[in-house]
Amino acid sequence: MESSTSEDTGDDYYLELSADPIRFESVSFLTNVFFDDSNKQVFAVRSGGVTGVLVKGPNQNLSFRMEDKGPVISIKFSPDMNILAIQRTNTSVEFVNYLPTRELDSVEYSQSCKGKNASILGFVWTHGNEILLVTDHGVELFQVTPEKRTVKALKSLSLGVNWFVFCPQSYLVLLSSGTIGNQMQALHITPGNLHKLTKFEMEATATKPGKLAVSERDVALAVLYDIPCIIVLRHQQGASRSNATTFVYVYTVHKMMTIKRSHILKLDMSGRFAINVVDNLIIVHHQASKTSMIFDIMLPGVSDGTVIYHTSVAVPKPIKPYNLKVPGATLSEHIFQPCQLYSPNWVVFQPNIVIDAKLGCLWYIELRLDALVKVIRDKILLVEFLMQRKDAKQILIQVLQSFMTQMPVSLMEMPTIFDKLNSVYRSHLENEIQSQMGTPLQSNTKSVATTLENLKHKLLIDQSDIYTHILSKFSEGTIEPKMVVWVLLEYIRSLAEHGIPVQHYLHELVITTLVHRKAYYQLHQLLQYHVVADSKPLACLLLSLENLYPAAHQLALDMLKRLGNAHEEIIEVLLSKGHILPALSFFRYVRSVGMADEISARKFLEAGKASNDPILFHSVFKFFEQRNVRLHNTTAFTRGEHCQPYVQHFKYLFRETDNGCNSDTNSNVSTVST
Amino acid sequence: MSAKPEITLEHFYVFNGTYAKKEGEEEKKILYYYPSKIDLDSQIKNIGLSEAIIKFTESFNPGQACDYCHTHKTRQIYFQPEPDFWMVMIVGVPRVWKVKDGTQFMEYQNEEVSSNVCQAILRQTYTMFRLFMGSFDTILNDPECGSVLLLKHKLDHFYSRYLLSLKLNNSDILDVFQGLQFLPLDKTTFLRVQCFMNLVEAMFSQVKYTAFLYNDQLVWSGLDPEDMQVVYNYLISTLLPAYLEKELHGGSMPRNSPSPFTSSHYGKFVTGPSSINEPNGTGKLPRVYINYSTIPISLYLVVYRALSATICLFVDSKTSLVMDFFKSLDTFLGPQLTTLVSSVAEQCSKHVTIVADSSPKYLYFNKLNLAYKSTIHLDNRRCSNVLTTPEVLRIITDINNDTNKLKEAGEVIIKTMSDYWVVGKLSNLREFFVVIQQKNANLIEIDDEVKRLCEQQLKSIFFH
Repeated sequence: MESSTSEDTGDDYYLELSADPIRFESVSFLTNVFFDDSNKQVFAVRSGGVTGVLVKGPNQNLSFRMEDKGPVISIKFSPDMNILAIQRTNTSVEFVNYLPTRELDSVEYSQSCKGKNASILGFVWTHGNEILLVTDHGVELFQVTPEKRTVKALKSLSLGVNWFVFCPQSYLVLLSSGTIGNQMQALHITPGNLHKLTKFEMEATATKPGKLAVSERDVALAVLYDIPCIIVLRHQQGASRSNATTFVYVYTVHKMMTIKRSHILKLDMSGRFAINVVDNLIIVHHQASKTSMIFDIMLPGVSDGTVIYHTSVAVPKPIKPYNLKVPGATLSEHIFQPCQLYSPNWVVFQPNIVIDAKLGCLWYIELRLDALVKVIRDKILLVEFLMQRKDAKQILIQVLQSFMTQMPVSLMEMPTIFDKLNSVYRSHLENEIQSQMGTPLQSNTKSVATTLENLKHKLLIDQSDIYTHILSKFSEGTIEPKMVVWVLLEYIRSLAEHGIPVQHYLHELVITTLVHRKAYYQLHQLLQYHVVADSKPLACLLLSLENLYPAAHQLALDMLKRLGNAHEEIIEVLLSKGHILPALSFFRYVRSVGMADEISARKFLEAGKASNDPILFHSVFKFFEQRNVRLHNTTAFTRGEHCQPYVQHFKYLFRETDNGCNSDTNSNVSTVST
Repeated sequence: MSAKPEITLEHFYVFNGTYAKKEGEEEKKILYYYPSKIDLDSQIKNIGLSEAIIKFTESFNPGQACDYCHTHKTRQIYFQPEPDFWMVMIVGVPRVWKVKDGTQFMEYQNEEVSSNVCQAILRQTYTMFRLFMGSFDTILNDPECGSVLLLKHKLDHFYSRYLLSLKLNNSDILDVFQGLQFLPLDKTTFLRVQCFMNLVEAMFSQVKYTAFLYNDQLVWSGLDPEDMQVVYNYLISTLLPAYLEKELHGGSMPRNSPSPFTSSHYGKFVTGPSSINEPNGTGKLPRVYINYSTIPISLYLVVYRALSATICLFVDSKTSLVMDFFKSLDTFLGPQLTTLVSSVAEQCSKHVTIVADSSPKYLYFNKLNLAYKSTIHLDNRRCSNVLTTPEVLRIITDINNDTNKLKEAGEVIIKTMSDYWVVGKLSNLREFFVVIQQKNANLIEIDDEVKRLCEQQLKSIFFH
């Protein structure tokens, strides 16, 4: 009963465990289990390795045997899997080469820590075959050469260390030092070297004597939006137990130099928490309430000048119930068993790993964006959130589509939403231009680099996306036509404010939608204010609308004129309307400003003849005779102009009456040059 | 010299000849007569004469009724706004006493009166009536109390006041155009205005149409131009000047908000409640009748103003005009409009051009979108605030009358005795008039000057 109802509301769970967990032998009397979060490998060591070591990772499934030389404290492969490091004592780490034949070399070599009386807290493989040993007296960096089976010390640093955390993505090591453990020293490990970052202190809260102010399990290192971060759970004691509350402090690392506390997440709960990072989001699991929260440090929060306070993106929800596939009564049979979530046996690793050591399962925490869409009520926040997610384009478009069905109320948020989309669009276009122009000037390299960084995490929705998925979908009659115009203009406004050139298909859509609505005067005003950019195709579209809206003809002519290269089209349009004199006067204007000289006399003469107005024909004919004189020094038309029929027509109309004076004018005209 | 002779309104009447079926019933034809003190007999006689002239002239030109009739002392204008309904306006021609050869005589200055302008004024009196009262037809067919009596009552109610405000002597070519002045604005700011008005319509479904003005200039109109031109005329020449006058006088009075913190915007209703915080009612809202080209409807006209911007909301007449409606309008419009206006104002300041006094003046009109622009008129309030002589204005009116007869393009150039050159150009259905005062200029110089002005003012349109 319980499970069936939870299935129904299953859509609300915005987090889930990966469908196919990595299974391994669970912890038992004989088997020890280790996890290496650098290589994401689980090691199941049976009886100290004698009966076998099973290694399972995302792409590996290995097994080998090794000698039992005492209980294993830690075991990790080097990044390219050629050396296995095993720690069995507090003072040394053993190495054994892992051969391409998928078995261990027979010879072990070892490295003990240099510090006197130092005890090894742990080790991590860093770059290539370099290994970092962290002891309670400092850190030591070694280079392992498997061919010679030798280890060489590279660098070291002395410092009292309580505990350490390593981040394999950023190569940062955070060391806790000081008597109450709130002195923090971060190191950036580069090949062959250690770099100290500025030391900082975490505020010490009242703690019981003998306990550290900050414990290792409350600290996680992660990389959010390409910025290395230190995420720390801070438990604040309230006046009573009930109002004790926990905050998450996010320290950001800038240029691997300085560390600043820049974000505070408000949890409004207390108890045991665990942190994961998925898709640049901080996920905080709360064991007592069996719920998880999501935080996005890139979303706007409340700032006090130095720190931004964030609240959770959505209400806390449990992870989606999970059924584990287990063998049934017979070999071929399987049954699905509900799996306990937020179990005390859970161990959480960065960035997104949950391990249940009892069950022998390793899952990845995954986001269910479609469920989040239902939980985030604020439309603007939702869009902003989705824009920062990976592979969320499809969902974001669906969200936008659903906003459109909520017109007219949703028009209220539309300006802000379009502005958000277009400010990213604008930056993308700027980048494109930058990259086409080559390396930018030295002076503005920095700003370009930073915008590039931010852009990487922002989803690009350009006008062709909006057109194909949203604006052109309206024709299916989902909302009132006037609302289509509202959305369309709102989008064009946003593009214009961001200085993004509007593509012709949007303009065309504006025109056709307004024509469809018979909102001609609105269209007229838009053209009057040049909202629709001039182009020959749009001018032709306007010409075709003349029957519906007579003023479209005037608007089309204006547009052709502004284009500056459409003289022939203008003359064509005027002649087709029988406006021969305006066409001639326009031709004269074009010639006077030296833009064009060649024009087909035939078209004019044909229009003149078709007008059935002998005087008009006479004017046109004489006009071109004068032109002929100017060009060829004779009134006659050149052969190529095919004007013979009109010369005949002229003769037919006028030769009989002004036979005498015609030859006269001919001789006169030849001396006149216009 | 005494005061300038003036054009006077002698008679103004509305009649329907079909209302008198038999002889002796002529009185029934009369729907409205000004001046009302004239005895019934004269009223009947005058109407009869007009009817006779209309009938008589029609026999020469069937289907095309007579527009006006010149007499020595009067000018009579005829207008048939709706089938069988006639409106007649008779104006007295200005006269002066002159002395010639020792004898004093009265001279009637017929050329001072432009029939076209008078015709335009008569048409205006009708469209204004129709805007506020509805067409004659809709009044007669009013489902509740439509009757001839109602029509008579409404005509009397409207015209008895309206005729007194007629400015016959300050009317000119602008009355013929009945144009709209558009605010020059960049694309982005225009889109902001347009989108804001769309948002108003989206948020308040009672609002059917909107319009946005900045000072006296139109930025956006959702109404058809034929309707907008009447509303615009009402706003610019009547409503806004009266409102500004009131504001000016009330300037020293405390603002309606009790504390400066409660209102962060400058928005106020021009029609509707005078103050949002006042309990005494929502004020009287004008009702307007529009959309005659398709399906006529009646709507409330809510005018709201913030700084220099005026927005008109045409509200469904079925809306109950409770205070809450105005309050929600005010809270929505006020703050947003205040910020919008400042961006419009910023853009406008970039467009300001100072015209030198001696430079040529021009007047532009596009009959397709009714846009006009004039550097001859200092404002568009029709109070003789012009930079040229009445003679020039009359010439422009005459050229306009002539260009109407031209088909697609043409040009007329006139030189007056007082060294004024008046050029009228028609192209692509637009009219452009240029007034240049220059001694000893020749035709070529004037033509060049006009070309230069066209290039400067009209370069973004097709006008050759």
